[in-house]
Amino acid sequence: MASRRDAPAGPAPVVVASGLTRLYAVSEREAGLAAALRSVLRRSVRQVRAVDGVTFEVGPGEIVGFLGPNGAGKTTTLKMLAGLLHPTEGRAEVLGHAPAERRPEFLRQITLVTGQRSQLQWDIPAADSFELHRAVYRIPPARYRRILADLDAMLDLGPLLGKPVRNLSLGERMKCEVAAALLHEPRVLFLDEPTLGLDVVAQRRIRSFLADYNRRTGATILLTSHYMADVQALCRRVIVIHHGRLLFDGLLEALAGRLLPHKVIVVQPSDPAADLRPYGEVTERAPGEVTLRVPRAAAPAVAARILAEVAVDDVSILDPPIEDVVEQIFSAGRAPESGAGLRP
Amino acid sequence: MKEGGRLAQGPGTVPLAGAARSLWDVYRAEFRTSVAVQMQYRAAQLIWLLGTVLGPVVYLAVWSAVAAASGGTVGGYDRHTFAAYYLTLMLVNQVTFTWIMYEFQGRIREGSFTPLILRPVHPIHGDVADNLAHKALTLAVLLPTAAALAVAFRPAFRGLPPLDALLLLPSLVLAFVLRFAVEWTLALAAFWTVRTSALNGLYEGVLLFLSGQVAPLPLLPQPLRALADVLPFRFMVAFPVSLAVGRPLPAAAVLGLSAQALWAAAAVAALLVVWRAAVRRYAAVGG
Repeated sequence: MASRRDAPAGPAPVVVASGLTRLYAVSEREAGLAAALRSVLRRSVRQVRAVDGVTFEVGPGEIVGFLGPNGAGKTTTLKMLAGLLHPTEGRAEVLGHAPAERRPEFLRQITLVTGQRSQLQWDIPAADSFELHRAVYRIPPARYRRILADLDAMLDLGPLLGKPVRNLSLGERMKCEVAAALLHEPRVLFLDEPTLGLDVVAQRRIRSFLADYNRRTGATILLTSHYMADVQALCRRVIVIHHGRLLFDGLLEALAGRLLPHKVIVVQPSDPAADLRPYGEVTERAPGEVTLRVPRAAAPAVAARILAEVAVDDVSILDPPIEDVVEQIFSAGRAPESGAGLRP
Repeated sequence: MKEGGRLAQGPGTVPLAGAARSLWDVYRAEFRTSVAVQMQYRAAQLIWLLGTVLGPVVYLAVWSAVAAASGGTVGGYDRHTFAAYYLTLMLVNQVTFTWIMYEFQGRIREGSFTPLILRPVHPIHGDVADNLAHKALTLAVLLPTAAALAVAFRPAFRGLPPLDALLLLPSLVLAFVLRFAVEWTLALAAFWTVRTSALNGLYEGVLLFLSGQVAPLPLLPQPLRALADVLPFRFMVAFPVSLAVGRPLPAAAVLGLSAQALWAAAAVAALLVVWRAAVRRYAAVGG
């Protein structure tokens, strides 16, 4: 379970971000007519650091999840790596290319999938858009047929390909989007919220497909998602970005330990009326089950005390659910490392 | 996606013939896609075509009336030479017109440009193919319409000198290239300002007068005529029309074609420069 970074002698990285920084000029004015008129003469422009000195490397075949609240800089980072945005400072390198140069030989090896935007033609069947894709990416016909058959087998596209895209459900459309994005067998995939708005079944389908694609082809995948399930299912390694800065880069299971000071103890008391408040903060009370939050270091001792003092059917010590970890970090609105600068 | 197989890399350098074949393949696929999309909106295509036909017919009716009121001719044109001029103009205008300036506004606003920028092929090729698809689809309606109008208005062509006939095809191609490049370049203004309708309106007004659509250029009042002479718009419509209706002397035709070629080359050069700046701008403000 060692991450790539634990093995320094590993293969050369596929993706390199070094001090990657991106400033946006945001023009701003107050609301109202007077302010609108003033802004005609003099615009006040503020520089916003969307991404601020982010450094990381991703090795071949890795799947890395980007976590962060809206506006944290995840998508901006992804866009710089895909070649859509120029970095203001720092360096991006993907497959040995500077992405922003958008050389055809670079573009032929990557793909960017965004849950919000479609690259399929709305009015015609996906199969027709796929055919266009084949020509644009110069996929030889025999290889194209093989790839399409593979994608069909994995995503069950058959019945969808002949229908106009506008008649597909969102889940069906996303399957076609993902297939279209992979027809040229990209070596690096940038996925920005690929499961946005999908129901659970469709999400799971896309997820298992991506895992399968990664396993079969050894492609490198960088992914942002609001659904922790996506990240948990696909990514051993996560990068947390907040206010444009890199907050955490490491194994998913280490995230909670590094960033949250508490653990969760789930108790099933034999007596439903048992009062467990003396042992910790009760965060949830379901029939037959009480969830406590306790300081990380004290967790084993508290659990032992509960076992000794309360009649219980079961006690388990858990890391907080990853959603809670993320929510805690982001709602606190601060980086734990930067705690030195915070007032109590 | 072979089991454990190496992922195919894009070819590094493709020989020129190979590159041309790939581009041809892209054009064919884009053309087919566009035809399929446009077939979904047959009524819209016809309404559009109606606009293309109606404009010249209205001008023709107006000028015929003016000619009749001033004793049969205006500036050497009678109703039959006007008919020749405007029926030809209708066809030339159909060949060269684009709607790209309206397309771009939506592309930038809705972000649908992003996937186009990340494709390993310049997005203009898709637009050219899309344009040609519309032209090909509407030809089947346009030609019979033109024939019917010819029967109704009895145009008088002055007989096409062989040289002019020979120059007509390259002149049409150059007119298409020039107009497409100019309008694609202007459409890129959408990268700087999201609302481009004011610019579009201004351009269309200028084009209407200076490309010979409101009136044959020799009939324009002097300051406008001088302007039309020094600007490229006449090479988008009026020049091929004048070749077709057999007006210019051979020397003038060759000279005109050379000027047209120079304008077209300049427009393509401008397009390349502005495109680079536009993409940099896109990358600067965010996609």
